[in-house]
Amino acid sequence: MQNSLKDIPQIVGDVYRKESRPVFAALIRLLGDLDLAEDAMHDAFKVALEQWGEKGVPSNPRAWLVSTGRFKAIDRIRRESKFDPLQIQHIEQIEAKTADPSGQVDKKIEDDVLRLIFTCCHPALSLDARTALTLREVCDLTTEAVASAFLVTPSTMAQRIVRAKTKIREEKIPFEVPPEHELPDRIAAVLQVVYLVFNEGYYASSGESATRIDLSSEAIRLGYLLHALLPDPEVAGLLSLMLLHESRRPARTSSSGDLILLDDQDRSLWDRNMIAEGLSLVEQAFFSKRAGAYTFQAAIAALHAEAKHPDATDWKQIAGLYSLLLRIHPSPVIELNRAVAIAMHKGPEAGLQQIDAILGRGELNNYHLAHAARAELCRKIGRIDDARASWQRALSLAQQAPERRFIKRKLSELNA
Amino acid sequence: MKYICLGYMNEEIWKTLSESERNNFMDDCFAYDDELRKNGHFAGGEALQDARNAITLRWSNHHVSVTDGPFAETKEQIGGIMILEATDLNHAIRLLSKHPSLRLGQGGSSWEIRPAADLTALMEDSKHRGKG
Repeated sequence: MQNSLKDIPQIVGDVYRKESRPVFAALIRLLGDLDLAEDAMHDAFKVALEQWGEKGVPSNPRAWLVSTGRFKAIDRIRRESKFDPLQIQHIEQIEAKTADPSGQVDKKIEDDVLRLIFTCCHPALSLDARTALTLREVCDLTTEAVASAFLVTPSTMAQRIVRAKTKIREEKIPFEVPPEHELPDRIAAVLQVVYLVFNEGYYASSGESATRIDLSSEAIRLGYLLHALLPDPEVAGLLSLMLLHESRRPARTSSSGDLILLDDQDRSLWDRNMIAEGLSLVEQAFFSKRAGAYTFQAAIAALHAEAKHPDATDWKQIAGLYSLLLRIHPSPVIELNRAVAIAMHKGPEAGLQQIDAILGRGELNNYHLAHAARAELCRKIGRIDDARASWQRALSLAQQAPERRFIKRKLSELNA
Repeated sequence: MKYICLGYMNEEIWKTLSESERNNFMDDCFAYDDELRKNGHFAGGEALQDARNAITLRWSNHHVSVTDGPFAETKEQIGGIMILEATDLNHAIRLLSKHPSLRLGQGGSSWEIRPAADLTALMEDSKHRGKG
């Protein structure tokens, strides 16, 4: 099929958006190197711009691009090999490994993207490095965009990415989907990155500017991609958790930028489509019998999402889910959350008893939310002096301006 | 994105090279420049003459003062500039990492990469102020 020459940049641009990651990932498998693959991919798209107008768009652009990229890489190594004789060996290896790439492109390509994710999120890399590399190589964000999202300078981010790639090369971190016995730990390392990206976007609402990319949407996009590639209940659980949180975004902040707590949110602003999708995902994950921490958290978020108004919340189930979560993930913060759920379900005294037990162990003494929760429960049962002392303790520990404003308001209400 | 690359060179090390070493070095640099040009990454560049031929202008005592040479007396002087077209900072780093000039006499040269600043908005503002 002939295309008019002026349509070609548009067509190649569309193909780039859809195919650049699969093509890039396939080239990494064939060439064994991230940088070489990136160059090869750019070369292949450049040839596409030059040739598709005259020769027509190939019937399978992805296969064409992979095969063209591979030839270009071999060319490139040949040319550059005069600076580095070791490269000749490299060409021979590549040619042997990829005798006929065109036939196997589509079959393996899904796995290639998954391989790329596992490489970028390899536990040998620091969490910072994993996050940076995933956003740049898997999400195709520029170094500058990732830097601005994490509020660091582009040069800091660029070095982080260079070091991560060097580490992959030097430690020979393999480009592969891990074997079965390693899979749960390796999936956990990937999900940790995705959740960090999500939370960075969800909670770091300060310092937001028009140029700042939306990290929460990127995390959700990654979640969908992983969910399509990897049939694992925790992947579904995390995607569900992110969707259920994201569904509340329009109701989370007031026009003046203050945080609005769950109880006070206008629930008609919640995104119903996201909730429906989140609910269906968490159900699948929950009944898979291999539900993990993300799934339990998603199930808790689901119970909140299902309540038409705060009083209709099923606190009994929520407390039960926190108990399940505690069993696989013991943590005083989760215990605190359970205490709040118990207070809602069985009354403030029962919850207060739990919180005092946690504080009594000295574990959350410096955690402002523990004191805030205690203050609220004390107020409910009329222990006003105790409530005031706890709010004051919370205020001395809180760092963020909106939280401090919130606590001060609570203190003044107490005095009124 | 455009990245301005400032290539620094230690002239002491350059002086120690034989003529054939210098020729090989230049050939390699030209070949790689061509490679960059062919792939649409070379958006401009010039080699610079000896820093001794440089002049520095400065404002002092309500006058333009003209002095010889570069301001700082250091061993490394700018030997060339290049404008790279790259998708992002890491792309620019990768392109320049392969530049043969970087291998001059084991550490005799370095490249500084500076992202070009987009002054479009500032120029617009200036126009609105009626002075642009």
